[in-house]
Amino acid sequence: MTADELSAIEDRHPQIFQRPAYKRFWPLLLMAGTVLYLGYALWFFSLPQVLRESHWERLPLFLSQWISYDLQPEFRLDQPEITPKYLRFSALGENPNPDWVIKNPDGTYTVQVDGDAKSVTFDKTKAAITANGVTVPISLTGGKPVITGPVPDWVTVHDDEIVAKLGFAGEVRVTVDRVKVRKRFLGWANFVFDTRSPFFGKPAGEVISLIVSGPELRPGTSNLALAADNFWNNAQWQHGDVWTKLLQTIVMAFLGTLLGGIVAFPLAFFAARNITPSGVLSQVLKRFFDFMRSVDMLIWALFFTRAFGPGPLAGSAAIFFTEIGTLGKTYSEALENIDDKPREGVLSTGANGILVQRYGVLPEVVPVFISQTLYQWESNIRGATIIGAVGAGGIGLKLWEAMRTNSNWANVFYMVLLTLLVVFIFDNISNFLRRRLSRTLHDYNRLQAERG
Amino acid sequence: MTSATLHSDATRQQADAWRRQTSLRRFYTALGVGLLLAAMFATMWFADEANAGHFFDRLPHILDFLSWLIPKDLNDVWRALFDIASPSDRGTQEFNFPLGRVYIWDGFYIPEYFELMLTTVNVALVSTFIGFVFAVPFSFIAARNLTPSPILRLVVKRFMELLRAFPEIVIAGLFAAIVSIGPVAAIIAIGLHSIGALGKLFYEINENIDMRPEEGLRAVGANWFERVRFADLPQVLPNFMSYTLLRIEINVRISTIMGAVGGGGIGEELKLAISRGFGAKTLALVLLLFITIVLVDQFSAWLRRKLVGEQAFLMSA
Repeated sequence: MTADELSAIEDRHPQIFQRPAYKRFWPLLLMAGTVLYLGYALWFFSLPQVLRESHWERLPLFLSQWISYDLQPEFRLDQPEITPKYLRFSALGENPNPDWVIKNPDGTYTVQVDGDAKSVTFDKTKAAITANGVTVPISLTGGKPVITGPVPDWVTVHDDEIVAKLGFAGEVRVTVDRVKVRKRFLGWANFVFDTRSPFFGKPAGEVISLIVSGPELRPGTSNLALAADNFWNNAQWQHGDVWTKLLQTIVMAFLGTLLGGIVAFPLAFFAARNITPSGVLSQVLKRFFDFMRSVDMLIWALFFTRAFGPGPLAGSAAIFFTEIGTLGKTYSEALENIDDKPREGVLSTGANGILVQRYGVLPEVVPVFISQTLYQWESNIRGATIIGAVGAGGIGLKLWEAMRTNSNWANVFYMVLLTLLVVFIFDNISNFLRRRLSRTLHDYNRLQAERG
Repeated sequence: MTSATLHSDATRQQADAWRRQTSLRRFYTALGVGLLLAAMFATMWFADEANAGHFFDRLPHILDFLSWLIPKDLNDVWRALFDIASPSDRGTQEFNFPLGRVYIWDGFYIPEYFELMLTTVNVALVSTFIGFVFAVPFSFIAARNLTPSPILRLVVKRFMELLRAFPEIVIAGLFAAIVSIGPVAAIIAIGLHSIGALGKLFYEINENIDMRPEEGLRAVGANWFERVRFADLPQVLPNFMSYTLLRIEINVRISTIMGAVGGGGIGEELKLAISRGFGAKTLALVLLLFITIVLVDQFSAWLRRKLVGEQAFLMSA
């Protein structure tokens, strides 16, 4: 291609090659603006400092706690006899006798953190930690623990304590007067029955046979009722409470959206410019919808929590007030977009106002209304989870409380899984119903088109 | 038998059939409405039972509740908003308006609430930016017609679904323990959610584009990046921008809520003011938040109209 041909093309398409300067440079300006803004945001949130002071090493630890639990036996060496002690409410119940804590014939104890490959063996005078193919001998006689020989990098020596980090499997801490082990297990401990339950520690088959044909464990109650009660009131997982709170979240979204729809429905007719008798009324109602929407769901939630006390009533009321605005706006917009011919037809038969709306307008908009209401319900289930955390009831508050202690991540994950399940189920129900509706709507439109 | 009676017989049959059909339909409609109403009253009862205060017990006290909200001196609302000392100040937290001033230089300050509002808006903007930056490439991978690999497409789609459905407060809580409680944790949480939400809308737009420019570039041997950049992106960018603007509106609201559960910004202050019953402060905060949300919505609606014209968009969470 010669230069002449190039300039010929350029001449033929001036609108592409000779655009005004602002059009050519606005992407550049936008990018420069974005970069400047990001720089400002970096400063505003003092991001470098926040990142420097953050503890990213906690992330894998927290994530591993979502799907695991640990046991922390402690051995006092200054007592006449060495015995393992467990934390109160440990996952093993009242009489722990795990097979990974071994009392050897020579009087020493061995704790297998991960089989024999990662373990610690000790008595009152010495300890030996084995991991990664190395055994580290520790002498406990000199007033502080001393490692004889080279120190591998997974062992940290402090003034009076030696800490061996054994990865996911756990860790061992040794001082002169105690040995503390943390052993981590994959899974959720005591998910079905807690340690106080008579069914605790029994294999599934035995539990089932007890329920089906066993003698009554608690006189006067059937074993099935007892098992259900023990499961429902499991102290560690609180299934009953979690499920009730989850139901509250669904109820909040359902009630708020439904009531919002019921109130918005008649108002939308008066707000739609093509239907309302008065333009002033239409403007007033539209500004009212905007107001209800713009006073955020959070503000309503905080107000109603104060007025009614914390709980699902406050949450439902908050969603209700926000939904009046959102649904009122979408309903009235749908009404303004209708085809006016059916309405005129009904009007020409001499029908009164309400009958015109019923037969001339409603058939056209009801599928749209229902579809939009379902959509709002679906998105309010997510919203209800969040506003729950400010006290408006439901699973949100429970999630927030479980997270605040930073120790209950398995419970948090359990609740997250249930929430995801609920969101998934309701998304699908709502999608299914909306597809059915849109098919009805589609058939209706096609029928109209065929009739001309 | 004449043809007239035959005709009327057929008409009567038709009319009967129609009547049967409508009465059946009316029955189903009534049944549906009845079930819905039953569910409504049942859930109302359930919500009322589970609440700390009950509806009819609390209803007479609603006016008490409103009476603390309206301050004795209405000027206190302006004073609270602009951090001007109030004559009602008795040294309590209720009227200590000048305390939170953020001084820029001698004598010139930004009122506390404006600074907090700025934090909330900045959280929303930065997290929407994060969402946009990741959602654009993801959306091209997740679109059926543009994807470089079907397996990658499935992975990216599932990943975005997970990000969208995962409760934001859990992400916020997790990162609050890592980067300290405050706006940065909120940014990460809302940003991750925005990736999923925007990504879904974006790839649905991508699946509806005109494929001819793409085919043209394929014919001259352009690789995937070049095709996406020169054939697809120009078609979808106005729509992308307009959904992103919509997302900013939503994120301002979410970041307010995040503030109330510890994410910093105006939500936290609002929660404190309401729970302690500081009427003037509450009204000032609600006013500021309301005006900001209206301004953001109006500005975004104006910009969206400029970008894509009068096109209706479904609100999306």
